[in-house]
Amino acid sequence: MYSLRDKYAIAGIGCTAFSKNSGRTVRSLASEASLAAINDAGLKVADVDGFVSFNFNDSVPAISVATEIGVPDVRYANDFLSGGNAANMIVLTAAAVIEAGLAETVVCYRAMNGRSGFRLGGGRDLSAHGITQFTAPFGWITYPQAMAMWCRRHMIEYGTTAEQLGEIAVTFRGNAVDNPRAMQREPITLDDYMASRMIVDPFRMLDICLETDGACAVVVTKAERARDLRHKPVYIAGGAYGGGPNQGEDLFDALRWPDHSHNYAKYIADDLWRSAGMGPADIDMAQIYDCFTYSVLMQLEGLGFCKEGEGGSFIGGGRIARDGPLPLNTHGGLLSEGYIHGLNHVLEAVQQLRGDAGPRQVPGVETCLTTAGAMTCGSAMVLRS
Amino acid sequence: MSYAKPLPVPDVETRPFWDGCREGKLLLQRCTDCGHKRFPPTHFCPNCRSAGQEWVESSGHGRVFSWIVVRHPVPRDIYAGEVPYVVALVTLDEGVRIATNIIGCAPEAVTADMPVRVTFREATPEITLPLFEPAPAS
Ligand SMILES: [Zn+2]
Repeated sequence: MYSLRDKYAIAGIGCTAFSKNSGRTVRSLASEASLAAINDAGLKVADVDGFVSFNFNDSVPAISVATEIGVPDVRYANDFLSGGNAANMIVLTAAAVIEAGLAETVVCYRAMNGRSGFRLGGGRDLSAHGITQFTAPFGWITYPQAMAMWCRRHMIEYGTTAEQLGEIAVTFRGNAVDNPRAMQREPITLDDYMASRMIVDPFRMLDICLETDGACAVVVTKAERARDLRHKPVYIAGGAYGGGPNQGEDLFDALRWPDHSHNYAKYIADDLWRSAGMGPADIDMAQIYDCFTYSVLMQLEGLGFCKEGEGGSFIGGGRIARDGPLPLNTHGGLLSEGYIHGLNHVLEAVQQLRGDAGPRQVPGVETCLTTAGAMTCGSAMVLRS
Repeated sequence: MSYAKPLPVPDVETRPFWDGCREGKLLLQRCTDCGHKRFPPTHFCPNCRSAGQEWVESSGHGRVFSWIVVRHPVPRDIYAGEVPYVVALVTLDEGVRIATNIIGCAPEAVTADMPVRVTFREATPEITLPLFEPAPAS
């Protein structure tokens, strides 16, 4: 269990513009976001000595970023081969790396030309080696197709409806209207959602997140050091990473997963809450990994915000709206802000906890949950001001 | 006409499964130490860690655990003529789960727990795919 409650903090955040065609190298996007985060913290490049990132063979090694921005002394660099499940885990890893003395100030980033370059949504290796030989030959290739299979199971078990998924899409889009970073800022209605094209039943176009060129970065350092820097520190109160048994042979593979109506979240909930010394009732707002509308339901249920199977009704009635009791994805999420693989959720959490989110600021926020991952493994953090 | 859709690449662990499909048999691994049946193929038994294993024929019957209807083809050039098609997870009577296509009925006719049975479709001389079709309840 993560045992560094409040000992480490996020001291800086940075990002590039989010677009469909950056016209830039992925390395330069990573460097721009990293520089922005270092500047935001009030630090100099020479103060940074560690990098942690994750990629799907669609990014650049951390050492190349350190080289481009001229870091004089890189003591630690690690590139996880991972999907969105790692977006919180890399921040926890940064704290662990500093605790171990391997580095003092660590930049965590995710950078990708996710629309103009390698498109994660575009499908997998068609040669069907390894575990893929038991999925791709049946035309089961893309992540929307993978996740729709999970969503159907939830509908079978619990009667979850398209209208409930639509409520999530409409709410997050409404938040993006007030977010200048967001790629999709036109409000939508439930009618728009229901009328959007069926891509892979039960998913419509508006159930599926965006594809984005861009990068996000955060700077992690010791809490006492962060207190001397430019911004009010955002403390890492707790966190967890994992997913229980049968996580499969890769991120797509869930052939042996016991119950597709629940995902990784239920397996990390206990570690997460114990590490933070909090429970769902202590959370003021959350940025939930929303590669698809449906993944929000599994995480709310799994982490104990509502009972298993009740996610669909739980999110109704304005509960997750910005002025509701549990505001979610106040930036618009992966669905409407952009898909920087979940690290953009951490940036939004930091802005909200600093009280720095402008027109989309939720008043009085002291705790924010962030999550990352949708299927058999994932990570989550409790951040606090 | 060449076969454009993804083709399995059998390996040292999975070749007996695909050889079985070509001969019209749906084969599963069974642990020779604890009897646990498993799919997809692995070297070690996840139940007892034994490497002892044999291949046994499945009844070929199961039930639909979950399914999707693919309407937007990806990649378009390969699947444009195939949509809509159904991909399903089928839980075999032996307790293991397999991904497949449901054929022989309209996509709208697929329901949860629907009884299905295996039917084989040759893709190439080497590869035959195990598909499933509606079956009377067994
Ligand atoms: Zn065994």
